Amino acid sequence: MNFLHFMMTNRQQVLDLTLEHITLAGVATLLAALVGVPLGILITRIPQLSKPVLGGANVIQTIPSLALFGFLLPAPWIGERAGRLAILALALYALLPLIRNTYAGIHSVDPAVVEAGRAMGLTDRQLLLQVELPLASGVIVAGVRIATVVSIGLATIAAAIGAGGLGEFIFRGLAMVNNQVILAGAIPAALLALFADFALGRLERRLGSLRMKS
Amino acid sequence: MIASSSPEPAIEFDRASFQLNGRPLLQKLELSVKQGETLVLLGRSGSGKTTTLKLINRLLLPTSGDVRVNGRRTADWDPIRLRRSIGYVIQDGGLFPHFTVARNIALVPRIENWPQPRVEARVRELLATVGLSEDLKSRYPSQLSGGQRQRVGVARALAADPPILILDEAFGALDPITRSEMQKEFRALQQRMRKAVIFVTHDLREALLLADRIALLEEGRLIVDLPVADFSQSEDPLVRAYMEAFSGCQSPD
Repeated sequence: MNFLHFMMTNRQQVLDLTLEHITLAGVATLLAALVGVPLGILITRIPQLSKPVLGGANVIQTIPSLALFGFLLPAPWIGERAGRLAILALALYALLPLIRNTYAGIHSVDPAVVEAGRAMGLTDRQLLLQVELPLASGVIVAGVRIATVVSIGLATIAAAIGAGGLGEFIFRGLAMVNNQVILAGAIPAALLALFADFALGRLERRLGSLRMKS
Repeated sequence: MIASSSPEPAIEFDRASFQLNGRPLLQKLELSVKQGETLVLLGRSGSGKTTTLKLINRLLLPTSGDVRVNGRRTADWDPIRLRRSIGYVIQDGGLFPHFTVARNIALVPRIENWPQPRVEARVRELLATVGLSEDLKSRYPSQLSGGQRQRVGVARALAADPPILILDEAFGALDPITRSEMQKEFRALQQRMRKAVIFVTHDLREALLLADRIALLEEGRLIVDLPVADFSQSEDPLVRAYMEAFSGCQSPD
């Protein structure tokens, strides 16, 4: 039984697990963006918060992923379903690149442009939405890209706690000492990550050119 | 000055000081500009010129004394309303790189919710005022020359027809020929518009060309405040030093 044969005979399951994988990584990144981008904006407004917030997100990254799954297990509501738990853990990992890139992106906007906007009578909100965020969007999307790729990679480990995804094949293959089965999980996961990297990379370059419109 | 016969000053500094971390950047400044008048603030880098401008549009508040715009203390103004009534031009235009020329010029009219046809008409009118072709409307700032960017910067400042205009080294980044062109055009424009203008520069020749009055700042203090005709005759040592520093360049053979 070779790899392709395994994929063909189990194509329904490959498809299901791939979709599950995309859901895990996608929802986690989305959740992380919903928290991380506003946090990144917040720490540009309240600089005293930047050190603790970035430090905190950094510390989370240093926790080994299996251990983080374990730590979250006793949490109420979250711990009840493996999917919820996996998404929360992945979102926590994705937080750092999102906060950091939002913060760096806004800081990289030419201060003369921001001051000109303020002097023309833009409100803080108008300054943020019309000037800072559009000009930071390339750097922010770069953060989304990193977060997505990391999530897709880490989501394979979610299978260890029964959250599904392509990690199912990898763990099953490990248990069966069967490389074909491992590859059936690893290759689609790698392709997903490459595709996300490519697509978001294109978006990033398009937004980045806003800064210096050609 | 007799208060009843002369119009109320558009901008007035009343013993205004500004300190940053205990360091005085501006000390007890007394200065006023009437409608229709062009005051040039002359001084070296660090003399407090830009600080003076930022006190007018309330990017800074005086740490003591008052700055009044149209008779009202800047501290009592809504900063957003105040800033929208003051046109502001900075070096290299300070344009938004992700906005087209038209959107840059229309910035204040748009946030003031002017109806779209009125905004468009105003943009066309302003492009003509600053001598730019309408073809440039949909370009981005990086696709313009330095002189064109500066013209867009002036147009943007004039967009909502503010009674006051402040310019910070506005023509400082331009080559000498474009610069001299812009100076002449600006002077002609001001003769028509009659706004209250404060123009910051360190270039004495620019000051002599544009000013009704020149105020010389040094280390946060006002040294002299004289009509332009009297400035070059002043016996003040700092004024003399300025005149000498620039006399070499005029080179009358």
